[in-house]
Parts: sequence; C-alpha cells; structure tokens
Amino acid sequence: MTVKQISVFVTNMTGGLAEVSGVLGSSGVDIRALSIADTKDFGILRIIVDAPDKAVSALTGSGYIVKVTEVLAVPIKDAPGGLSEVLTVLAEAGIFIEYLYAFATRTNAQDAYVVLRVPDNEEAEKALTSKGIKLLAPEEIYNI
Amino acid sequence: MERYYQPEIECASREQILDWQNERLVKQVRHVWDNVPYYRKKMEEKKVTPSDIKGVDDLYKLPFLTKDDLREAYPYGLLAKPLRDCVRIQSTSGTTGRRVVAFYTQHDVDLWDECCARAIVAAGGTNEDVCHVCYGYGLFTGGPGLNGGSHKVGCLTLPMSSGNTDRQLQFMVDLGSTILCCTPSYAAYLAESIIERGLQDKIKLKAGIFGAEAWSEEMRQDIQKKLGIKAYDIYGLTEISGPGVSFECSEQTGMHINEDHFIAEIIDPDTGEVLPEGSKGELVFTSITKEAFPLLRYRTRDICVLSRKPCSCGRTHVKMSKPMGRSDDMLIIKGVNVFPSQIETVLMEQGYAANYQIIVDRVNNSDTLEVQVEMTPEMFSDKLSQVAEMEKQLVGALKSMLGILSKVTLVAPKTIQRSEGKAVRIIDKRKI
Ligand SMILES: [Zn+2]
Repeated sequence: MTVKQISVFVTNMTGGLAEVSGVLGSSGVDIRALSIADTKDFGILRIIVDAPDKAVSALTGSGYIVKVTEVLAVPIKDAPGGLSEVLTVLAEAGIFIEYLYAFATRTNAQDAYVVLRVPDNEEAEKALTSKGIKLLAPEEIYNI
Repeated sequence: MERYYQPEIECASREQILDWQNERLVKQVRHVWDNVPYYRKKMEEKKVTPSDIKGVDDLYKLPFLTKDDLREAYPYGLLAKPLRDCVRIQSTSGTTGRRVVAFYTQHDVDLWDECCARAIVAAGGTNEDVCHVCYGYGLFTGGPGLNGGSHKVGCLTLPMSSGNTDRQLQFMVDLGSTILCCTPSYAAYLAESIIERGLQDKIKLKAGIFGAEAWSEEMRQDIQKKLGIKAYDIYGLTEISGPGVSFECSEQTGMHINEDHFIAEIIDPDTGEVLPEGSKGELVFTSITKEAFPLLRYRTRDICVLSRKPCSCGRTHVKMSKPMGRSDDMLIIKGVNVFPSQIETVLMEQGYAANYQIIVDRVNNSDTLEVQVEMTPEMFSDKLSQVAEMEKQLVGALKSMLGILSKVTLVAPKTIQRSEGKAVRIIDKRKI
C-alpha cells in the first residue's frame, strides 16, 4: 500500500517554492506533506498532495521536471518514542531508509505520519504490518 | 541514387575545377585591384600586382583579409561595384565591435542561391518537397540563403523565420513540411517540443539542413533519432556569401566546398603559412565569382581540415571537416585551449541536453569555468545523492576531456536562452 510522492526540480529555493505552490494552488491542488533536499545550486522538493495526477499535469505543463515515486506513509503515535518504534522495526528487518520526513495533519492534531522512501516498498510493508503497524492508504492521505 | 543540382559542376573533373579557378582568380584579382583601393593598398604593401597572379598556385602571394579589415573598411571600403549595381545587403550578427555589411549584385544573389540549391538537392530535396525555413530572415543570411535555394529547387517554401514555436509546429503539421532548415540548437528544441506534444506521427520531415552554429556528431545523432530524419550540415559566412559555401552530402563525412565559386586554403593561424592538404589549421576563402563584395584570402577563424579523398556521392569538390573550433571561440582557460564543441560532446555522451552555457570568470587571478546544463526528465531523481552523483560524474568527464576542473551547475529546463538565431554559449566575464 503506497502513496504517490511528487518530486520537483527547483533551482532557486525561495522563489522556486513560491512558484511551485502557486502553480498547484491555481489548479486547486492541496499539499498534504512536503520536504526539501537541497544543495547550493538546486533542490528537490518532494510533496504529497490530494490529487497527484492533477498536480503532475499542472507542473509539467508549467515546464517543471517532476518525478513520481511510490512511498510508504505510516501513522505514528504522537507520543514520545512514536517514530522510534517504526524505525526500530525497519532496522531490525535490515531495511535501508533512503530518506524520510514527518508531518502532522490539521484535522486531528493527535495524528502524525512519517513518509518513508525505501528501496523495496513491499519488503518494508511486510516488516511493518507483521509488527501490527498499519500503513496509510492513498485515499486516506489524499483526503486528510 | 544521388541527385545533384548541377551535376556538370558538382561532379566536374579536378582539372576542370582547376581551370575554372585559375581563370576566375586572375580575373577577380584584376577586378579587386581596379575597384577596391583598400585591398590594392594591401597588395602594394606586399609588392604584389595583378600580373603576379597567374593562377591558384600564386594565391599565397596575396595579402589576407581579416574581420578587423572588414570593420575598418565599414561600410563601403571593400565594395567593388557601384551601388547602383547592388541589390542587397546582409550583415553579420556582430558579437563584438562594428557590424560587418556585405553587398550583393543580382549575380551575387543568384550564385549564392545556387549554392544553397545544391545543398538542398544533396539533402534529397526536389520540387515535391515542402521546405520549412526557420532560420532568421532579415540581415542574417540564414533565412534569405535557404529561401533562395529552396526557390531554385522548386520546393514549396515556407518562409517561417525564427521563433514562435507553436506556429512552426502548426505549419509543419498542417502543410506537411519535409525539409527543415534552421540552427541545430533550434532543431533540437523543436524535436523536444514535438515529442512533448506527441506530434511525432503528424510530422512528415525527412531531412534537415542545419548550420550557423557549432554542433557535434552526437547532437546530429540525437536530432536524427528524435525527428526521424537525416540531418545535414551546411556552412557559410556572410563575408563570403552566406550559408552554402559548403554543404554535406549523403556520406555525412564533411562538407563539399563550392570550388567553382570559392577557393579554400588551410593556413597556420600563427604564421599565416599555407599548410599541406590534410593539416588542421585556419580556413581561408577567396571568392572568385562574386562581383560586389569579392573578398580575397579572407581568414574565417574556423579551424578545420580539407580532404580531397574521393567521395561516395560522386561530387568532386574538396570537403572540409566540421569546424573544430573557432580561433575567436577558443577559450584559453588556465592556459588550456578549450573549445565549446568538446564540452558539448561530453554533455551528449553523459545523456544531457545539448543546451548548455559556459561561463568563464577570473577569481583571485585564477580562471574559473562553469558549465550550466539543463536538467532533463530522464536524469532527474527524487534522491539527492543520485543527482549529486550524476553531477560528480559530469565534472569528472569534463576534467578528462578538457584537462581542467570545471564547476557544473544543473539548471531548470528551458532556462538557457536559445531558439532565436545563434545560441549564446559562452559568457566570458574575465576582464584582462
Ligand atoms: Zn560527397
């Protein structure tokens, strides 16, 4: 059970981010989660949105280079040790995490989530569900 | 089967070509001596008179002309015909200093058109073709030259000029353009746009004639593959007439120089000495049939090699290699000679778009080289480490090609200026 993450190539972080969110906003797409990885010259903006297909066509239509990747979204207990529990499960299963980022929702402050990019989604999902950790379904995250 | 526009000229025997050249050169030197005081003075300084020039073998005795001469003689100093006999001017894009203006009589326009017609026929053009010309029209020779050649061949000519990609594509689809004439960078751009819009099945292009810019073999392969065409190189310069001074045939291994109109020499750019056939050096042209603006021994600054090896196409005129660089484009960075074409080759090999910009600067008395290249959807990744690794690989490949370290900057697509005439490839910020 994976969710679609959209990565966008941006060269000027401040102006670039404003532009990207402008493009999404004017096509009625809402950003659910966001993370940035950057160097001195460019950055990769990773977002999870309510309508991925619409976002991709709006962005490519505006000349952006985008890439869609399937990632895992895991709810974590909004309490001390919440994230650590998930990471421990993956570490014990020997699963390498390429990157991760966390986000909370506005509807229910009690809910926090972590987005995980791993080499093999299925393997990671199996490890997590076997320990009773449920993954977020696409509909759930898009509709948060 | 190979087709020719003027087979009796294009496939003439070596002896015949030499006969033409000897006779025309003698006549041309006399014409220039009589009508161009600027060049006559140069000849007098070298103690040469028209009677010393009995044929091509005596060519080396004549003084050179350079771009500086053209600027100094601007506008009328090298004009060899009264203005009432002239019908046209063209002018170079003039990157530095004063523009260069070239004059044409109707005879000169006709011979230029004829040269372009040879190029179009060599690319497979016939009167059944739709020739889509998106070189710039106006002072730039690209548009008018190919336009004239296309008329001579009898193609349906679309005088599109440059820019407005939407309109270019619409005409290309609606009117079924079969031959595309433009700069290679614009051809690459059009190819991208065609793929982006999924128009591949709607275009009927079969050949492209691309010039006015340096481009590599890799770029040719890329354009050929993307557009499903055969891409032919064409060479020329306003000073000598315009595009069509030389052109490629089906063999695609160099460009046949129209030797019945232009005599080519290769010289050592430092000493001015004529080099034996097969040597790499600066290309020099002598225009032997033009009336209004007949330049003798004009130094092009293009570095290339001439070859008289028989060509499989049947043409007998000498072939020149693609210019390997220009002595004025050649950058000396940290004491090393760098040609933009070398950088282009590396980019294509590494899978980047052919669109790039080179920025040279001097920081703390040391030269810096930055190569800006556009990110492509194929190269992009959501993982920073992967993009950083690609960047590192490119830096390594550039280092091994150029021998010096460069900084690579990945920029957003379509941010490097192009599409209008010549792409701006080099920005030299050094103040020396
Ligand atoms: Zn040939």
